[in-house]
Amino acid sequence: MTPLLSVQGVTKFYGHHIGCKNVGFDLYPGEVMGIVGESGSGKSTLLNCMAGHLTPDAGAVVFNTRSDGPRDTVTMSEPERRMLSRTDWAFVHQHARDGLRMGVSAGGNVGERLMAVGDRHYGDIRGKAADWLGRVEIDAGRIDDRPTTFSGGMQQRLQIARNLVTGPRLVFMDEPTGGLDVSVQARLLDLLRGLVRDMGLSAIIVTHDLAVVRLLADRLMVMKDGHVVEAGLTDQVLDDPQHAYSQLLVSSVLQV
Amino acid sequence: MIELRNVSKTFTLHNQNSAVIEVINDVSLSVAAGECVALTGASGAGKSTLMRMIYGNYLTQAGQILIDGVDLVQAEPRDVIALRRETLGYVSQFLRVVPRVATLDVVAEPLRAVGGSAEDAQARAEELLAKLNIPQRLWSLSPTTFSGGEQQRVNIARGFAHLYPAMLLDEPTASLDAENREIVLSLIEEAKARGAAIIGIFHDEAARVRVCDREIDVSQFTPGIAA
Repeated sequence: MTPLLSVQGVTKFYGHHIGCKNVGFDLYPGEVMGIVGESGSGKSTLLNCMAGHLTPDAGAVVFNTRSDGPRDTVTMSEPERRMLSRTDWAFVHQHARDGLRMGVSAGGNVGERLMAVGDRHYGDIRGKAADWLGRVEIDAGRIDDRPTTFSGGMQQRLQIARNLVTGPRLVFMDEPTGGLDVSVQARLLDLLRGLVRDMGLSAIIVTHDLAVVRLLADRLMVMKDGHVVEAGLTDQVLDDPQHAYSQLLVSSVLQV
Repeated sequence: MIELRNVSKTFTLHNQNSAVIEVINDVSLSVAAGECVALTGASGAGKSTLMRMIYGNYLTQAGQILIDGVDLVQAEPRDVIALRRETLGYVSQFLRVVPRVATLDVVAEPLRAVGGSAEDAQARAEELLAKLNIPQRLWSLSPTTFSGGEQQRVNIARGFAHLYPAMLLDEPTASLDAENREIVLSLIEEAKARGAAIIGIFHDEAARVRVCDREIDVSQFTPGIAA
């Protein structure tokens, strides 16, 4: 089987400082990969390099495109990459306001991404937007309200709806449950897991919350100082960590 | 079905003076289809460790662990994921679920994962929950708030939903009353009868004698603590 995403030797420097160095892995359809590490470990740099927000200094990010098979997204043209990020890719930001247009209604936020891929029929767009608001458990009556009037958890769910409405195959998530209170986190986890299973999505989730990766991710990478120090099955890395840093990370979690 | 060849494991505790603990040394065993084998030995002998190695959440340093011909020690993560989805079931002592998900969906999930229809999965989940005496009014609630015994029965229902050819059972009858214990033992006997290869840990001696064909004392593989 061809990997959906093949990351090879991705390296990014900030001057002399290492952002991430020589990171490689293959992600297959339907797999969820977690990336954990403390702040400054390079996990967000890596995510942004993969998603095309940053240009890596070295390495390849090969995506298995629908039309042309595996293509290196680092060297493809800007319009091609932008097209990917509107169609087959989605990016869920930690802060919902970074991924939403705050001045546009909830329905408009979801519909905008549909229009970007060529949908023109107003009724269809509104219908799909309403359907997706329902799936992320936002009341249909709020479709014409702006996200500024939404709670943090609702904004995050709206961001997810906006991202998934075009049926992407790969979702990048940067701390998707960070900053949300625990009951809202649980709701979001439940939602994400259902979407992954029902839509066959692949996802890469950056987080520092080990409980989140245990429930969501099949596989896990542990990063420290820009390097991947350990990678494997999620429960293997969490239950039997091999590297000194992973052992420290796992043993530092407070039990509830 | 399940075969271990010269399997060994050590723990290296990097943050505790890099202590190296040899926990399992040179285990070879095999379990055929339709057979149930008990792991025995005192607490700390390494029964759960060995079981986790066979499930792959503990890393094995040496040897081969073959499940249906796939060597778990060398397999890629995605092959292990596929093996756990299709072939190798595990009933642990603890229920670990996404909060807020209904009990019925928790139990049906392994069936949905192997591609079963939502209706069939739900029907099987209902059948198992009813059999294990989980009151119907609880089915739509998350099991996170259930009592210990109820959680364990939900865990068992989930573990037996898909007909895995190989199963690992960690104390499946602990904290169950006599009636439910009897139901779980009959589930194990049914699984054996359909040809599942089972490895179990049972502190409940009567249960062990009843369902297990052989016992393997894990202490013989435990070298004791080395530096």
